[in-house]
Amino acid sequence: MAEYNWPEASKRSLIGKRISRLDGPEKVSGKAKYTYDLKRPGMLYGKMVRCPHAHAKVSSIDTSAAEKMPGVKAVKIIQDPGSEIQWAGDGVVVVAATEEHLAEDAARAVKVTYEVLPHLVREEDLSKAGDRAKPAAEKVAGDPTKAFSEAEVVSEGTYSIAVITHCCLESHGQITEWEGDKLNVFPSTQAVTGIGGEFVKALGIPATNVRVRMNHVGGGFGSKFNADRWGIEGARLAKLAGQPVKIMLERDAELMVAGGRPSSFAKIKMGAKKDGTITAWESNSWGTGGPGGAGMPPLPYVWQIPNQRMNHTGVATNIGPARAWRAPNHPQACFLTMSAIEDLAAALKMDPLEICLKNISLLGPRASLYQEELLKGAEIIEWKRKWHLRGDTTAGHIKRGLGLSMHTWGGAPHNSECRVTINPDGSVSAELASQDLGTGTRTVIAIVAAETLGLPIEAIKVNIGDSAYPPSGGSGGSTTVGGVSSSTRRAAADALDEIFKVVAPALNADPANLEAAGSKIQVKGDASKSMTWQQACSRLGVKPIRANGKQPDPAKGSLASSGVAGIQMAEVTVDTETGIVKIEKLVSVQDMGLIIDAKTAESQIYGALIMGVCYALYEEKIMDQATGRMLNPNMEFYKLAGIGDIGTLVVHLMTGQEQDARGVIGLGEPPVVSPGAAISNAVANAIGVRVPSLPITPDRVLTAMEKKGGLT
Amino acid sequence: MRINGTRQNLSVEPRVTLLDALRNYLDYTGAKKVCDRATCGSCTVILGGKMVYSCSVLAIEAQGKDITTVEGLSTNGKLAPIQAAFVENDAQQCGFCTPGFVVACKAFLDKHPSPTLADVEKGLGGNLCRCGTYAGVRQAVLAAANTMRGGQKNG
Ligand code: FES
Ligand code: FES
Repeated sequence: MAEYNWPEASKRSLIGKRISRLDGPEKVSGKAKYTYDLKRPGMLYGKMVRCPHAHAKVSSIDTSAAEKMPGVKAVKIIQDPGSEIQWAGDGVVVVAATEEHLAEDAARAVKVTYEVLPHLVREEDLSKAGDRAKPAAEKVAGDPTKAFSEAEVVSEGTYSIAVITHCCLESHGQITEWEGDKLNVFPSTQAVTGIGGEFVKALGIPATNVRVRMNHVGGGFGSKFNADRWGIEGARLAKLAGQPVKIMLERDAELMVAGGRPSSFAKIKMGAKKDGTITAWESNSWGTGGPGGAGMPPLPYVWQIPNQRMNHTGVATNIGPARAWRAPNHPQACFLTMSAIEDLAAALKMDPLEICLKNISLLGPRASLYQEELLKGAEIIEWKRKWHLRGDTTAGHIKRGLGLSMHTWGGAPHNSECRVTINPDGSVSAELASQDLGTGTRTVIAIVAAETLGLPIEAIKVNIGDSAYPPSGGSGGSTTVGGVSSSTRRAAADALDEIFKVVAPALNADPANLEAAGSKIQVKGDASKSMTWQQACSRLGVKPIRANGKQPDPAKGSLASSGVAGIQMAEVTVDTETGIVKIEKLVSVQDMGLIIDAKTAESQIYGALIMGVCYALYEEKIMDQATGRMLNPNMEFYKLAGIGDIGTLVVHLMTGQEQDARGVIGLGEPPVVSPGAAISNAVANAIGVRVPSLPITPDRVLTAMEKKGGLT
Repeated sequence: MRINGTRQNLSVEPRVTLLDALRNYLDYTGAKKVCDRATCGSCTVILGGKMVYSCSVLAIEAQGKDITTVEGLSTNGKLAPIQAAFVENDAQQCGFCTPGFVVACKAFLDKHPSPTLADVEKGLGGNLCRCGTYAGVRQAVLAAANTMRGGQKNG
């Protein structure tokens, strides 16, 4: 029987090494083609007419002028008069024309009238939410009333974290193309396998008639799992026009309607003993993720506080629907919880690191891992030397502070099938309908196949991004690396087993006694009895070997699991005259099971830290209650960090037997959870007062200091 | 105009930008449209020796000029030093900002052959990346500068 388990550390030639991503050269030379770059023969450009109101009923639509415009090939109403629209920017009519600007002209010529309805687009004041506020049932554990009455110290605070958008640099969109009754979709997607089903359902065509293809995607972060209205209507429009149609959202639409991470507000009370032992938690939280409201983030985050009371209210607003945003609900819960803990430490005049270590048993099964990580992080950032009581008392207007945070995530493997083919000429391919979001999925697949077959990574041709290949899950929840590495390993191991059987007689050995290494097949422990990979494959005659691997496949063991621990520490300086926060250093100590590619794993963490700086300091979807519209649907005012805004970044990967034993676990999401909390805590430590809201903009810093009565 | 050394003739409406001309009317799709208003740098090309945001230049302004796009940086399939350094230092994830970044880095290095980290952070502030590749980009630019000066790779 084939060897499915991961090779032990000393036997790995590729797994865990620092390997450059395979599609790097394509990307740096501009050759990588994204949906946005594709042209299909006869392709038209589609543009949507978007509703300017946050809440309205369509009264009338007149498309007659648009239909007569030059280049226009089809005009389609997608929300008939009478339809109720729930957010500004939602599409009402879609037009297709031969050139992009002609489609824009035609969209502008469509006349739509609306009956404007009352809207709500701001949720910070719950008392104004009326019947749009939907309280959930109270959750209680232990005896919070008693615990608070017995607490020696009680600290209270109010915190908030804004709605942000995904802001993928490649906007959402796709090309839809009919070949008779068959539909080809070229979407910018995170779910090659899953997205086709939506077209099948909406258009009433057989599943075998939809083919989905994509090569590269310019960012998704959780926002690109679905076909979306523009996808389905794009397909209908293409049918109507009899030509392929490409619809890519404009930047303003991308920010208004195609992304959104729910906000979270909370009043939090914590109880503790004088020695820092945490005893009680109470939170009243609310938030919005658009018309659907928002569920409670997992509070209190990571800490299993014995006595808790939680109340949460979801607020339905007209801001465009939320989408899964990298580690859904965790950054919010983490920021709320870790801020409250740091404020408790400040009330106790204790070091938060000490509080965390003191209460480490509240961290559940991975408590000792967290402890190890906290100590490692403290060593890297020189916590002992640099930490001070809240409020930097050194002279001058630049104040320095340290903050910490901790996080977790699941990252269990998704379902995946992989087909490995070994050809008589020695070439090898691995095929699966997965996608590479820039996380390095292609590279991971190649590493696993090459390691298993004893070949160099260049020997593997990875084919992904086509629904004609075996199905593999969507890339979300940090599930991809576990899924594709498991299915690829099993497929490659079974294929290898087959080739062993073919060559065993020639080597005069039992197939079970063969191994593949260094581009050779040899008798285990006897390299003198070997043949090259080429020689071995040439014995296949004209028949390639094909093997399918699956995840899950319990009969073949377990190669991946879930659940990670990570901590982050931040050092910032704050200019108390301008309110500007500068990131000096961010340290991430991260556990993630067995690492396949250390280089791209590190990149995921660097990227997460930088994305964390973005939402900690800059990003906010600013809604205007008067007009119901987003005030900053562009990249000048919807701000991202630049290369000079990120400080020094230090990444420490936890590796070793404990990690190896758990197999592969996804990493994309966990490190993006903590930066907001760690940075906010560092700012509080620097200036002596909590800036209660993310993003920590200069005005919020100055307001918080003024409330406190200036500098201490 | 001459694009990457090749003469191209094109007639477009006056409102068509250089970026749209390159992408929609020719087949240079390396430069990307992201913000479409000179904020993000994804559309960066070199026009007449100067780095520009091609989303904010009209195609007619580029008449008769030399244009270098990301596709023109490698010679005979061999990556330019900055491109090789991007790969080696993993300065791309999704890669959508990468072509613009690579061109901006090339133009930056032409002007600053021996940059400090502070120079890099200041000089490349005009390019935005959503995946957070700046750590790799910083290293890549410093490494490429070293290679171009004839020093050791990644030294
Ligand atoms: S697209 Fe030109 S600068 Fe953003
Ligand atoms: S690599 Fe994705 S935007 Fe920069």
